[in-house]
Amino acid sequence: MNTQTPPKALNDPKRKRVVPVEELESITIRFAGDSGDGVQLTGGQFTTTTAFAGNDLSTFPDFPAEIRAPVGTLPGVSGFQIHFSSKDVLTPGDAPQVLVAFNPAALKANIKDLEKGGTLVVNTDAFTVGNFKKANIAANPLEDGSLSGYRVIEIPMTSLTDTALAGMGLSPNQVQRCKNFFALGVMYWLYERPMESTSAWIRHKFAKNPTLVEANLKALEAGWSYAETTEIFARTYRVLKAPIAPGRYRNITGNEAAALGLVAAAKLSEHTLFYGSYPITPASDILHALSKLKSFRVKTFQAEDEIAAVASAIGASFVGHLGITGTSGPGVALKAEAIGLAVMTELPLVIVNVQRGGPSTGLPTKTEQADLFQAVFGRNGECPVAVLAAATPGDCFMMAIEACRWAMKYRHPVMLLTDGYLANGSEPWKIPNVADLPKIAVSHDPGVPAAEFKPFARDPKTMARPWVVPGTPGYEHRIGGIEKANLTGNVSYDPDNHELMCRLRAEKVAGMVQDIPPSKVNGPDKAKVLVVGWGSTYGAITTAVGQLQKEGKSVASLHIRHMNPLPPDLGEIFKRYERVVVAEMNLGQLETILRAKFLIPTVGLHKMKGQPFKVSEIKAKVEAVLAGKE
Amino acid sequence: MTATPAPVKLERKDFVSDQIVRWCPGCGDYAILASMQKLMPTLGIAKENVVFVSGIGCSSRFPYYMNTYGFHTIHGRAPAFATGMKLANPNLQVWLVTGDGDGLSIGGNHLLHALRRNIDVKILLFNNRIYGLTKGQYSPTSEKGKVTKSSPAGTLDRPIVPLRFALAAEATFVARTVDTDVQHMGMVLERAAKHKGSAFVEIYQNCIVFNDGAFADVENRDTRDDFALKLEHGKPLIFGKARDKGFRMKGHEPELVTFEPGKPPSDLIVHDEKAGAQYAYMLTQIEPPEFPAVPVGVFRTVEEASYDELSEAQLAAAKKPGGDDLAKLLAGPETWEVK
Repeated sequence: MNTQTPPKALNDPKRKRVVPVEELESITIRFAGDSGDGVQLTGGQFTTTTAFAGNDLSTFPDFPAEIRAPVGTLPGVSGFQIHFSSKDVLTPGDAPQVLVAFNPAALKANIKDLEKGGTLVVNTDAFTVGNFKKANIAANPLEDGSLSGYRVIEIPMTSLTDTALAGMGLSPNQVQRCKNFFALGVMYWLYERPMESTSAWIRHKFAKNPTLVEANLKALEAGWSYAETTEIFARTYRVLKAPIAPGRYRNITGNEAAALGLVAAAKLSEHTLFYGSYPITPASDILHALSKLKSFRVKTFQAEDEIAAVASAIGASFVGHLGITGTSGPGVALKAEAIGLAVMTELPLVIVNVQRGGPSTGLPTKTEQADLFQAVFGRNGECPVAVLAAATPGDCFMMAIEACRWAMKYRHPVMLLTDGYLANGSEPWKIPNVADLPKIAVSHDPGVPAAEFKPFARDPKTMARPWVVPGTPGYEHRIGGIEKANLTGNVSYDPDNHELMCRLRAEKVAGMVQDIPPSKVNGPDKAKVLVVGWGSTYGAITTAVGQLQKEGKSVASLHIRHMNPLPPDLGEIFKRYERVVVAEMNLGQLETILRAKFLIPTVGLHKMKGQPFKVSEIKAKVEAVLAGKE
Repeated sequence: MTATPAPVKLERKDFVSDQIVRWCPGCGDYAILASMQKLMPTLGIAKENVVFVSGIGCSSRFPYYMNTYGFHTIHGRAPAFATGMKLANPNLQVWLVTGDGDGLSIGGNHLLHALRRNIDVKILLFNNRIYGLTKGQYSPTSEKGKVTKSSPAGTLDRPIVPLRFALAAEATFVARTVDTDVQHMGMVLERAAKHKGSAFVEIYQNCIVFNDGAFADVENRDTRDDFALKLEHGKPLIFGKARDKGFRMKGHEPELVTFEPGKPPSDLIVHDEKAGAQYAYMLTQIEPPEFPAVPVGVFRTVEEASYDELSEAQLAAAKKPGGDDLAKLLAGPETWEVK
């Protein structure tokens, strides 16, 4: 870190005083307040502005399942964390260096995560006896010395906002809502963020109400001016632009990326997208996004339940659409029988499972990776399903395309695993060039004259059966969930045929390895430790291993995106490392599969807190293994 | 939308599949299958545009025997599969075959929602008041107190009347027929085929093995004319071999009246299939043991936009030049350039 006065170019004409600037490589900020406080909105605005400023970033929204738990209470606390940097960013940061707490409950719930010596910005107007009571706090933490380890910035945000908006005729409630923009103004000053993007957003959002446009812009400006004039901050902080690959970027969440991937796959395959879904956290945003895309002829169907959702998708697939259903773990449980039907009838089907904490209702808004067993094994009978897993929010796009391509190529269900962290977390995403996306060739041509047509004859390379759809004259045929006779697809109870069909279906899924690219190890070809992960742990594992490598440790990492079938080169890779550590947000599901398949000893790193891994947790585990303690 | 017409004249045999029919000898399903195969060529629809969908149960084997496209799905969920099919291709004529267990027990939820959405699917519910394929347990339509394998002391459940369920779901076509009356069944099936929207037809079907004679009075050739009250739009409710019985309203209840043949009283109820659902609901209350009669025919048929039609209309309204520009969609509302 070095302190300097701002160079001329960054001098804002509005600045009235010369403030020293401290340059930081990266910073992690957490906004926390009531779930009705607009914390997610504040975080979202800070994110867009930060992306425009040229930093790499990663975000982690963390909110309660209740829409609005009682105001001021601990269960009502909502948080939004952003990590931005002048370097490559893969995680939303282990611990915030700055905590913005809008009320005492938010302070109480989050203070334990704030780095020692970190900055705490509080809205003192909310620090009232009444609010202490709601948050079950005995004494005012601003006065009892408990915050002595932090740099506390006390700002009466509500009353300052009220003063700034005096005479506009706003209700106290409206003023209260504007205080988020006051806080944003303060933070924009402190981190030298431009305010244009938020100003534009306010103008657009409240276009129908000019008073609210004016009020929110005023609050934003007032916050900035307050920080500028009051000298509560001795310096500003600068995070230089990150060396990001050239191109056009946008921010994207995993759910947005998944929805776009599904639409892209429909376009690339020249098929109509049919999305049958039942609202469920944290997957509903995919339904919301797709339901707006009628101009793409995307058909969305909000079904009466999870079973109807998958059934409608299978029905649509039977008649030639790209049938997709999206849900979370409890929904997948309900869909299991229908997924089995799609396996039996060998129809394309994509199931998007945005995993959340389980079992049962579990932790609806929190993240977890404990549906891997359910995805791979969770059906009656020998019922193999292809399973893919996205690694980052942006990766949800390519993996959604891949899931659709596999489903249509092999005429088989494919489950795409994402999770709550990927779904709601965001990152800058280099917008792909449509012309570069690979076309998906799909044919409904029976390939043979009607008299020779066999609905369960197979393509020699893919083992896929013909996808001949209703409306094709002369090829009328029936399919169903009773075991099919090989080739004809007629009902068959023949013992040898059943075994043959079970083996054929398994062989078809196993053969999908032909579509898996060679695995890429991050680090040396041989080392003491290989950290294996899958899904949303990619950022934390890659960052941790990168840091360990810089420290000279003998460690590499491998991230698996194809969960079933597994990449064919894993066995050979595992042999080159002395120890294999499997890090996952469950109690060892991938680890169990790897042990069974490759007969290797592994060390498991498991986390079940509804929160993503911290980089430090992975480093600590690897260091323990390297030190021979595990 | 309507299905495209058949290019060549089809015959009954064109709709017979090559599979051996595996219902029990004497099962009522045979007559229903024969009626359907007879009706199909008269509808003028190419057979490749017809899909039969079913769930699980004896009735649900139906698609295997029709030489059209067919999908034998899972227990109770056929309405959801059919909904996906019809939304995907409104040009198809979709038939759904279900039973009292499949449709009203495990699948009650899906049936309710298919009917209230008015998706253009023709739903045939074969009601035999018993579980046949699982060998004789009571069903949601079994009469209270029925002794079966799973209810040795008699059932405690109050039975559901399928037509009341359909009417409560605001179904736009509600009818009932009987497997032994081939002519009547053909008429009802044809009207269902021509209805736009969800058509719900309950077919009294005799399970000769596990519940023989469940509807004996209205099934048997000797007695059925005395019991079957054949509904005809605009005609008074008169029945009986001698045409000497009818119904009129007494307060809010139907009342049986007998009269000299040819001289019906002037206050008999005149059937109106376009009337509100409450009228049709009242008709469903005419049943044994309260009355020696069972109405059959079309209880209610009204015109309303079908779900698939509305879905297509929304898609058409959203269509605009450049509306499917993928590059624009991927870029989203806010982007920035890194150089």
